Amino acid sequence: MSVLKDRTGQYRYVAAVLQFLLAAFAAVQMFPLVWLVLSSFKNNLEITGANVIGFPRQWRWDNYRYVLDATRLGSNLLNSLLYSIATVVLSGILASMVSYAVTRMKWKGSGFVLALFMTGLMIPVHATLLPVFIMMKEARLLNTPLALVIPYTVNALPSTIFIMAGFFASLPREMEESGVIDGCNIYAVFWHIILPLLKPAIVTTAVFTFLGAWNELMFANTLVNKENLMTVTVAINSLRGIHFTEYGAIFAGLALATFPPVLVYALFSDQVQKSMIAGAIKG
Amino acid sequence: MTSVFCDRKAIAVFVLPALILFLVVGFLPIAQSAYFSLLEWDGIGTAKFVGLSNYVDVFITDFFGIKFDHSIVNSVVLAILCVFLQLPAALALALVLASGIKGERAYRTIFFIPVVISSASIGVMFLKIYNPDFGVLNELLESAGLGVWKNDWFANERTALMSALLPVVWQYIGYHMLLMYAAIKGIPGELFEAATMDGASPIRTAFSITLPLIRPILRVCVTFAVIGSLKFFDLLFVMTGGSPSPATDVPSTLMYNTIFTRRLYGHGSTMAVFLVAECMVFYLVLQRTLKTREERGEERR
Repeated sequence: MSVLKDRTGQYRYVAAVLQFLLAAFAAVQMFPLVWLVLSSFKNNLEITGANVIGFPRQWRWDNYRYVLDATRLGSNLLNSLLYSIATVVLSGILASMVSYAVTRMKWKGSGFVLALFMTGLMIPVHATLLPVFIMMKEARLLNTPLALVIPYTVNALPSTIFIMAGFFASLPREMEESGVIDGCNIYAVFWHIILPLLKPAIVTTAVFTFLGAWNELMFANTLVNKENLMTVTVAINSLRGIHFTEYGAIFAGLALATFPPVLVYALFSDQVQKSMIAGAIKG
Repeated sequence: MTSVFCDRKAIAVFVLPALILFLVVGFLPIAQSAYFSLLEWDGIGTAKFVGLSNYVDVFITDFFGIKFDHSIVNSVVLAILCVFLQLPAALALALVLASGIKGERAYRTIFFIPVVISSASIGVMFLKIYNPDFGVLNELLESAGLGVWKNDWFANERTALMSALLPVVWQYIGYHMLLMYAAIKGIPGELFEAATMDGASPIRTAFSITLPLIRPILRVCVTFAVIGSLKFFDLLFVMTGGSPSPATDVPSTLMYNTIFTRRLYGHGSTMAVFLVAECMVFYLVLQRTLKTREERGEERR
């Protein structure tokens, strides 16, 4: 199966070269992260020239305490977590209902509604920013969690519906039909039979929706700029402000902000990779 | 039974919440942007209907010195870098990893890491890497004996654009690699066995078997890379601190700045409309050209 299995003569030599190149590239990919973590334990003197690349001479955990005291990074992290989870839950529920109705129930407009949502895959969300900003301002939702959760949910709907609708095509119908024969109404069928069956698709979409919401910057920067409500991406973007000259603490803040997605990835790397492959339809 | 699956009230309950939300927050804003682009408006005073004059100004007269044309050129440079640098690198990695090399899984996992880190973090990191006084890049050059190459990467107009774009290219190599890798792994193993038995070299196998078979995903990758480049925002917004400069602007950062800093709502909306149109056109053109090439290939066989 594998072309390199034939490890005779020249192939063994080639494999060694490839290993070296792959390891070198892995080092490049890891470098910013490693450098970030190391720098978060250094003092200004080391960062600004005395020791830019090496290990910290002394591991200064104080940097972390300092950045958490001097900024609202703690609540910003919590905000990002809450907004992202709310987006995942809301878009998951809405999308699963729509996907169910357009793939399993019989009605005239189902194809049109699905096509309408699919056009959302092509539209760049940037073009909706100003109107959404004005809309949120008029609804007095600026600087509230909803100002982000609503657009994030809407932006997540097309790809989530795409994946869920595709998943329904592979699900047999017998379960829901026998549920109906047993006297379940459509809501009971959806809640007790469909949602459990849909679980793999829900997990897949939840992962990329979560990462997308967590990392989003443009809407977050525009719609919520109160320090205690803003997301962590906006907070670290403002960390570079001139007033903040403790570089070690900035790196500590960056490390804190970077840690959650990397942790999620480290724990569920296979699932994350699977989700990103499945979610790769958003253009 | 059929009556249960035709229940109109249930269909409304399932569909309407999402549909209304999508139409109001996802669809209507596009129409609004198109309307705003016809106005002269600062968001506070009264709006004046000016027809297409914003379009004329953004693309031709440039009365406000926005230099939108520069930003389009920059985004095209990014698209070119992605297609000719990022995608080939990703493809090479995917081919090597999928060939069953030792440590396949670990490499795949590591290569993907930059994709999950937020662009905000990566942007601030790269600002430090590029820092003229104590950045890692200059340090490395110094210790490699190339001190003469030390540079203020963002201030120097000759290097600003490349300094801004290369991190973008770098960040998503792992993403495209993963898509291509998954596609290669989806090819039935017998094909490779047959090729090996026929004495085909790995490189020959890659060009004659793997590449033709993963063409659909390559098409997806090219489409993503190009459209993603045209609308790119995050990393550049962070690295340039939102301060506009013709050297590093792209359409979306310039649109943001025009709307929220200069308060030229009409001009900014014109750019938004341009972004939508540009992405749609490229999407259709790419789908078409890449598809015809494939169909031509089919006929030849």
